[in-house]
Amino acid sequence: MILSAPDRYDVVVVGAGLAGTAASYLLAKAGMNVLCVERGEEPGTKNVMGGILYRQPTEKIIPGWWKDAPTERPIVDERLWLLTQDSMVQAGFRSARYGEEPYNAFSVLRVKFDKWFADQAIAAGATLVTNTVVEDVIRENGRVVGVKTGRDQGDIYANIVIAADGVNSLLSKRAGLHGELAPNQVALVTKEVINMSREKIEDRFLLNPNEGATIEIFGDSTMAMLGYGFIYTNRDSLSVGVGALLSDFIRKKINPNVLMEHFKNHPMVKKLLEGGEAKEYMAHMIPEGGAAAMPPVYSDGILVVGDAAGLSNPIYREGSNLALISAKLAVQVCVEAHQRGDFSAHALSRYKTLLDESFIMDDLRAYSKTSQFFQKKPEFLEKYPGLLVDALHELLTVDSVPKRAKQRKILRQVLANRRPWDLAKDAIGALRSLT
Amino acid sequence: MQVTQPAPGSRVEEKLYNVRFKTDEDQSHLIVMDAQMCARCTDKPCTTFCPVNVYKWETGDRKITVSYEKCVECGACRIGCPYFNIEWRYPKGGFGVQYKFG
Repeated sequence: MILSAPDRYDVVVVGAGLAGTAASYLLAKAGMNVLCVERGEEPGTKNVMGGILYRQPTEKIIPGWWKDAPTERPIVDERLWLLTQDSMVQAGFRSARYGEEPYNAFSVLRVKFDKWFADQAIAAGATLVTNTVVEDVIRENGRVVGVKTGRDQGDIYANIVIAADGVNSLLSKRAGLHGELAPNQVALVTKEVINMSREKIEDRFLLNPNEGATIEIFGDSTMAMLGYGFIYTNRDSLSVGVGALLSDFIRKKINPNVLMEHFKNHPMVKKLLEGGEAKEYMAHMIPEGGAAAMPPVYSDGILVVGDAAGLSNPIYREGSNLALISAKLAVQVCVEAHQRGDFSAHALSRYKTLLDESFIMDDLRAYSKTSQFFQKKPEFLEKYPGLLVDALHELLTVDSVPKRAKQRKILRQVLANRRPWDLAKDAIGALRSLT
Repeated sequence: MQVTQPAPGSRVEEKLYNVRFKTDEDQSHLIVMDAQMCARCTDKPCTTFCPVNVYKWETGDRKITVSYEKCVECGACRIGCPYFNIEWRYPKGGFGVQYKFG
């Protein structure tokens, strides 16, 4: 598509990921003149996530979306594994309720989903231009009044720019909102899509036809780095990923693909992947600094949404929902600003207020606490999984030793590794950081 | 000592056969700004943490080579270079990695 310059819009949205497309869709629905600029060939081709999209938050954008959208499988079973080299402790929650309408969550493949999502925005009246990089903001009198694209005569003017350009958000840095994230404020994740027949997936994961499962895998999956691995079932493939803080990769001098191979070759993971055929390898960063690492999310003429604003809550596997809800709040503020004709930082600060009042900031403040606590406590990665496995091993091995003697032995073993006072502090600290 | 070969399909270079790229033949979107800086950098972490091994230290030339054509645009090098010595841009519109699944 050729842009006739200078183009003027009510709002220009940078990036056709979940947040950008949701914003474009809602703005178009509200009758606004909106342009969405995407650097990929098609929406989705640059986008990666683990692969879980939640039903309820997505309905805040498009009610009943899951009836039409290309989803993979509704998730009925969520499992948690803690691995050591040769053992596993597992927990999980499965409910038949999640297998019927209105569902809780779906696995998705972003290239398919994002294309569909963008089509909905276009049908609602948004204009989408692809193959176009936004290189900078345009300023007049200190205010953001548009964006410069990499095209000839590619300046685009708008009353409000929405930066939805993902975790790297070069645009919010250009706009002066953002410094650089620190290596301990991002996770680096690699993921592979591995083909497998539907029947095999359903047999292996104990699923009824078209039901899905997720497994989050802690412990030995990350070579004692702060992070986790995952396996999600798609229709006829698995999404298999593992990641950790970038600062941990640097400190431990571990290559992400080496970690991926370590993860895939753990005996208990390997068994699930056996016979699958790898179809795509990808890498992506996740903002993991919580509230503490968030940039200012507004300024004169600009709003920042989704990953670009650092909105993710990895411990609860949330990010896509925060992107969608932040886009909805940003759109609400855009509409109000247009009604008043006021696009100043003061008017747009309402977006921050709405974020603060929503569950998003409450969760992200809590997450900052969690992340900071576990970064300071390598014991949770290096010591406790092994102690727990040894304790269970002792307890569950039937060897004609009285149970009370076994319990004493376990206690001695734990205390030999960590002093009682430190144990108590760790336990209380972990609980506090999670609540 | 037994030398173990990497399992077939386990190397990044093999995994990238499946990934679609549209390479900008004219210019790299990744630029090491000061080659001297890399020579002084002791750990050269970019040669380890890059998920697709874009960066390689050439002992003879005493510089980092940049295989930008296999970059998957994660951005880790922008943040992870201890000297912020990598100028990181997006590839030109429509170029670079083009995922099929995501």
